[in-house]
Amino acid sequence: MRKFLTSTLAAALMAVAVPALASEGPKLEHQTWAWNGPFGQYDKAQLRRGFQVFREVCSNCHSMKLVAYRNLEYLGFSDDEVKAIAAEKQVQDGPNDQGDMYQRPARPSDRIVPPFPNDQAARASNNGALPPDLSLMNKARAGGPDYVYGILTNFKDNPPEGVTIPDGMYYNETFPGHAIAMPPPIADDLVTYADGTKATKEQIAKDTVAFLNWAAEPELDQRHSLGIKALIFVFVMTVLFYALKRKIWADVH
Amino acid sequence: MSGQQFDNKIVQWIDDRLPVFSILKHSAVDYPTPKNLSYWWNFGSLAGVVLVIMLATGIFLAMAYAANTGLAFGAVEHIMRDVNYGWLLRYLHMNGASFFFICVYIHIFRGLYYGSYKAPRELLWAIGLVIYLVMMGTAFMGYVLPWGQMSFWGATVITNLFSAIPVVGDYIVTLLWGGFSVDNPTLNRFFALHYLLPFVILGLVGLHMVALHTTKSNNPLGIDAKGPQDTIPFHPYYTVKDLVGIGVFLLVYLAVVFFAPNFFGEPDNYVPANPLVTPPHIVPEWYFLPFYAILRAIPDKLGGVVAMFGAIIILFFLPWIDSSKVRSAKFRPIFKQVFWIFLIDCLILGYCGSQPPEGDIVVVGRIATAVYFLFFPTLWVLGKVEKPRPLPHSISAPVLKGGAAGHAAQPMEKA
Ligand code: HEC
Ligand code: HEM
Repeated sequence: MRKFLTSTLAAALMAVAVPALASEGPKLEHQTWAWNGPFGQYDKAQLRRGFQVFREVCSNCHSMKLVAYRNLEYLGFSDDEVKAIAAEKQVQDGPNDQGDMYQRPARPSDRIVPPFPNDQAARASNNGALPPDLSLMNKARAGGPDYVYGILTNFKDNPPEGVTIPDGMYYNETFPGHAIAMPPPIADDLVTYADGTKATKEQIAKDTVAFLNWAAEPELDQRHSLGIKALIFVFVMTVLFYALKRKIWADVH
Repeated sequence: MSGQQFDNKIVQWIDDRLPVFSILKHSAVDYPTPKNLSYWWNFGSLAGVVLVIMLATGIFLAMAYAANTGLAFGAVEHIMRDVNYGWLLRYLHMNGASFFFICVYIHIFRGLYYGSYKAPRELLWAIGLVIYLVMMGTAFMGYVLPWGQMSFWGATVITNLFSAIPVVGDYIVTLLWGGFSVDNPTLNRFFALHYLLPFVILGLVGLHMVALHTTKSNNPLGIDAKGPQDTIPFHPYYTVKDLVGIGVFLLVYLAVVFFAPNFFGEPDNYVPANPLVTPPHIVPEWYFLPFYAILRAIPDKLGGVVAMFGAIIILFFLPWIDSSKVRSAKFRPIFKQVFWIFLIDCLILGYCGSQPPEGDIVVVGRIATAVYFLFFPTLWVLGKVEKPRPLPHSISAPVLKGGAAGHAAQPMEKA
């Protein structure tokens, strides 16, 4: 039994070590996120602040096509607040009885309205670079939230000696290749938080990343709490099975 | 097989006409099993449990999935966000594939260590390898379905391998693609096959069971059961032991599903497929990595493909390559060492497969590939020259003596 355990452990270690070694890239500073660990859950006030930054800043360039306005109720917005947020944007609908397409204010059931009608328009307004959709950003990059936090906070006004950054590009220590087409999007006091939190650059970055994480993994709170219950259940079940096994096998020599 | 007596009248009535209960009693209740099986014998039934989980979750995923290049990525996100407990179904299925391979790899290496492939179990071993091949096809095509960047580029790289086959290669690739590149027809046929193949696996598992119950289980000592004193009925002894295994397995599997569901995944697969943007490193799923390393170790494309498929095909011939009559590595001191070298070599190959093929990795990959193939002639020679330790007279003998004979004292067989 002991040998079995040690060899299983060794195999498990290999399984962990191999992919960990395989992923390389820029060194990321690990931040503590509210949702880290099995008991971690989102901080809804933080998600609301992050949404404020997204709405006022990022959504000028970036889309978030997989999230609907109605999903924002999870952050603690009321029905009416969600309706009001949606109604700020226009969407095309139709055809109506006359057969015409028409514009109407967005409804809670609509997905978050993208800033540009198509990728070409987005590129045309961004020096030829395409601001990627942010719905899955935290899952789509190695390092996840730590990576996105790095992108937001590791801009440098002056690149190191010998590095030249092309026109219209910015130096970012986290971005692979370091030349990114996004201008530094956040700065101290860029937003005035509705809940009075002091808006330092780091605070803004953290809140935004938290919101992006919710956008990418809206099921996380439910997943963590159900996971704890499921594991406790299976653990008790396993202990009982083991006790039963000992009893049944007691007469086998 | 029929003709059993049951207390329940309805059961008896059915059994006289359709002997399902007799079959069940024969092969899952009374089935005589060596009494010294260790926990390594749990992984076959665990793989079966995972197969059932895959079928159950897969069928529900298929109800909300759309096999169309314009819709697939969004359909999977729809499952993740809007379908009730869709995220749970998907994460169970996605990680289920990885755990399926973990179980099957342990199961295969268990067979290697204890010589379970030797007579009379050659066909049992061969059917297992066919299951493994079909699993690889199923998993490969399943990975294409979410239509992310790795789905698309993995499919492109792997299907392109077939073009190395002389004369018919290009024809085969066109057939796989249903056109001239990986596109909508490819996704459609992959989905159709991904739905079909698990049921083929189910049928093959049935054959695997028939072969197993004909030759009976091997055991850690690798000697045949000599009589009733060496065996115990499957139920309740091994049913309860399998349940313990299932419990421990579920703890690990569910911990990953709930707390690190993307641990085995590639971040790039959360970016929708884009034929115009090639990802910096295209890597297959972890369970293919050793073969990917063998493929890249050979500088010639056709040679690489032959070596990659050869690495699996050669396993079919193992029962005849290994010239030793002794099954268990316990009694084969040199084979035991060779086994561990082979296992470590496979892990090294897997590591090489995960790295970009540059510098030392190329050299290490080539040496590891050579070691992989050298394993087989070594086995042949070893059977001729190695002097095995004396075998115990029966399964109960060393247990009764408490291992006093010295050499047979092994902690493993006491589960
Ligand atoms: C002025 C337009 C603009 C604004 C405002 C903006 N971005 Fe960007 N963003 C871009 C562009 C353009 C790119 C593409 C950069 C590239 O590929 O070089 C980008 C890329 C990114 C990336 C991807 C980096 C990668 O690894 O590919 C992230 C993450 C990101 N932006 C987050 C944000 C967040 C969060 C905000 C709001 C605080 C924001 N952006 C505001 C234009 C913008
Ligand atoms: C041998 C058993 C099976 C294996 C090894 C397997 C493997 C896989 C893998 C690796 C994926 C990609 C996971 C992802 O990235 O999302 C996948 C997806 C999928 N599988 Fe399977 N699968 C099996 C059985 C089935 C069955 C029986 C069905 C349906 C009847 C099914 C339906 C699907 C569907 C619809 C998807 C796409 C949805 C998704 O990406 O989550 N699978 N499968």
